Amino acid sequence: MDYASVLQLLDSTVRLATPLLLACLAGLWSERAGIFDIGLEGKMLIAAMTSAAIAALTAATPTWALFGLDLTWAKALFPPVIWGLIAGILASIVFAMIHGIASITFRGNQLISGFALNFIAAGLTVLIAQSIFGQGGRTPQLAGDARFSPVTLPFTETIRRIPGFGPFYAEVISGHAILVYLAFAIVPLTWGLMYRTRYGLRLRAVGENPAAVDTAGISVVRLRYSALIITGILCGLAGAYMSTALQAGFGRDMTAGRGYIALAALIFAKWRPVAALWACLLFGFFQALALRPDIVTAIVQFRVPGPILDALPYILTVLVLAGFIGKAIPPRAGGEPYVKER
Amino acid sequence: MTTGNTGPAPGGPGGLNPPAFGQASGPGGLTPPASAHGQPAIELRGISKSFGAVRANEDISFSVPKGTIHGIIGENGAGKSTLMSILYGFYRADQGEILIHGLPTALPDSQAAIRAGIGMVFQHFKLVQNFTVLENIILGAEDGPLLGRSLRRARDSLTALAREYELDVDPDALVEDLSVGHQQRVEILKALYRNADILILDEPTGVLTPAEADHLFRILRGLRDQGKTILLITHKLREIMETTDNVSVMRRGRLVGSVRTSETSPAALAELMVGRKVLLETGKAPARPGPVLLSAELLTLRDEHKVERLKSVSLDLRAGEILGIAGVAGNGQSELLSILGGMTRPGEKVTGRLTLGGHDLPLTGRGSDGKSRREAGIGHVPEDRHHAGLILDFTAWENTALGYDDDPAYQRGLLTDNQAIRDDTRRKMQVWDIRPPIHTLAAKSFSGGNQQKLVIAREFEQDPAILLIGQPTRGVDIGAIEFIHKQIIALRDQGKAILLISVELDEIMSLSDRIAVMFDGRIIGIRDPATTSESEIGCLMAGIAPTAEAS
Repeated sequence: MDYASVLQLLDSTVRLATPLLLACLAGLWSERAGIFDIGLEGKMLIAAMTSAAIAALTAATPTWALFGLDLTWAKALFPPVIWGLIAGILASIVFAMIHGIASITFRGNQLISGFALNFIAAGLTVLIAQSIFGQGGRTPQLAGDARFSPVTLPFTETIRRIPGFGPFYAEVISGHAILVYLAFAIVPLTWGLMYRTRYGLRLRAVGENPAAVDTAGISVVRLRYSALIITGILCGLAGAYMSTALQAGFGRDMTAGRGYIALAALIFAKWRPVAALWACLLFGFFQALALRPDIVTAIVQFRVPGPILDALPYILTVLVLAGFIGKAIPPRAGGEPYVKER
Repeated sequence: MTTGNTGPAPGGPGGLNPPAFGQASGPGGLTPPASAHGQPAIELRGISKSFGAVRANEDISFSVPKGTIHGIIGENGAGKSTLMSILYGFYRADQGEILIHGLPTALPDSQAAIRAGIGMVFQHFKLVQNFTVLENIILGAEDGPLLGRSLRRARDSLTALAREYELDVDPDALVEDLSVGHQQRVEILKALYRNADILILDEPTGVLTPAEADHLFRILRGLRDQGKTILLITHKLREIMETTDNVSVMRRGRLVGSVRTSETSPAALAELMVGRKVLLETGKAPARPGPVLLSAELLTLRDEHKVERLKSVSLDLRAGEILGIAGVAGNGQSELLSILGGMTRPGEKVTGRLTLGGHDLPLTGRGSDGKSRREAGIGHVPEDRHHAGLILDFTAWENTALGYDDDPAYQRGLLTDNQAIRDDTRRKMQVWDIRPPIHTLAAKSFSGGNQQKLVIAREFEQDPAILLIGQPTRGVDIGAIEFIHKQIIALRDQGKAILLISVELDEIMSLSDRIAVMFDGRIIGIRDPATTSESEIGCLMAGIAPTAEAS
């Protein structure tokens, strides 16, 4: 296997790890606050559909007169893809808030609420896309400023000439959508917020022992909702990335279980932000391998059937969840609605 | 400042005096001791609180002078904790007024209570287990959005507090690695860090060794001498007598008396608490031990992490005696009970030998389960009645049949004779004075004492040769404790062998014919209650053994 193939493999790893990373960090915020969120998948899906739909609609209306409204001002403000992103994030936050109402306010079962949202998202996305575009539950192909285009980092051409690192910089580091860089930047941001701020301290406390937070005179409910809003934003980014950057449009069930893989990565990372990055890169790497059977064949010296490669990330997920990673202690108050008692 | 003393004379010869408190009699109820100056730190006027039809607090008025330790004593369910929760802003009083340092103060939430200078140490600590001591202390009292400065300030003030009040604790230790006594110090430090000058402690000694409890009281006295005001809630008469300056007694939601501690006696307080005379001594006849029934040799239990929880424990249990196992919770008592009662979990490895009347009892596999143990004649009142003794959502009569559901008396052909179980339950409720005597009520609707009586009635009436009793009076009020103790002694006098495990040293001392003390998974010493003292047992519980005896 030559260096170019390695770089291609790593390049796809980064691209494929990004939605996992965003979803994984989304889950981290929620679960660290004591709300299990199995509905990452659903939030990504609804965000993917909404982003693609709004981006397509805004791009396809040259006069920006959407639904009879004059939206000329909006065109001057942002390109369609950004409006899509904003809409996707909002849709994801709405889903996160439904989860919050069910599991925080009404103290419902967090797993059931999350599952319900996944099912609703699976059906609703196809239904809405079909009723708007009539293309069998898909959104139209996105092009131009309705998609995130690759960003070429500064000095790429200069650095490319450096042997070894140059091509790595040009192929793997440079040339991704802006959301990729955002996702990687959110890792240290999450770490800093979690471990170096008052908000993070309280948030971690509420996931471990909400009674301690309550007796300190801080609202458990408000903290948990705030964490779910962050979860909503991050899932929104993940979904929008799927449909407007990784691919060019929304298709039925396009997240393909990434929400669950992100949860497995979260457990793998033992609910720590930096470890989450490595876990997601690992899962992303397996997904990238599945796209390059030729490389796998070159390494193992026999032809591995495509379906087995496709199944690799999911097999890894099962192994992780089955506890092959040693003891992972989830936040202690996770899954339990907080009921005030003396 | 209130000077009118409206408190009843404690424990007069007439039994109980109805409390003379009420709106008509004005606030207060306590002659301020000579040490008090100025406004009382806390004054409650006519506090009432109901939960639905239940009146948890009714017209409670008393005042606590600044710089004193004030005890609140009462049985479980007397309304002590509700009252303290009102003071800490957890609940809102339906009626009444709270004055802090003479100023009427509204306490709608805990934040307001903290601002008013009130700190609370809960019975169940409100600490984040995997946070450091420092992190726990600043939680909710941070100086700004970033943690660095708060942590530095907390470290400085922690050192100062440690010097001032004997409150040493490693600021960087994780709370889960600390002993219970140290965790409690963290709770006290939390309150002091928030500048609390009124400290409420709810049943603070329940989880402490005698030595730790003594240290705690030394700390409390130190705090008082520095001008802090302390409210101590407990149901232990001895702590009240040893530590407090004044004491208020609660019964059934009402305040039935406030007196100076120096002017009262344990008997008088107990009478006020219960509303009738209480026998503090069990007054049992000497034991007449028979042959050895149950014999354990070198019992060892390793848990799923291969940690030895029980280390080579050997003991003999004779007919007609009560063998008391003393020890701080978590020193192997539960494991011993689980082996004897057939409740070991899969993954736990048990070795040693257990014989019943000369025959071997299996320690693992077939015949080592709870049902086989019961069939062999070992009755078991589990330590944790909520998890192992009862199914709380089941009715009283369904619980009566648990574990004995295949008793021939409960069968009719292939079916269970539910009517027979119900009749039996009704009879047991009469005999054992279980209230309310409604056999269709869910177990969770009974008070702690009556729940325990349900379990005890079930196990005692099966007439086992050997009875294992774990924490028989945990969360049980004084009246029921007296009753349960009498039954245990009656059973002994019938020639049963009884193994009693309790973390209440008083209970062990007054019931046992022999006392075995467990520490760190071993029996560290066996004593005769007639010749030992509480302090000797207390030392053993803390692991301080005469060297000659250390096994």
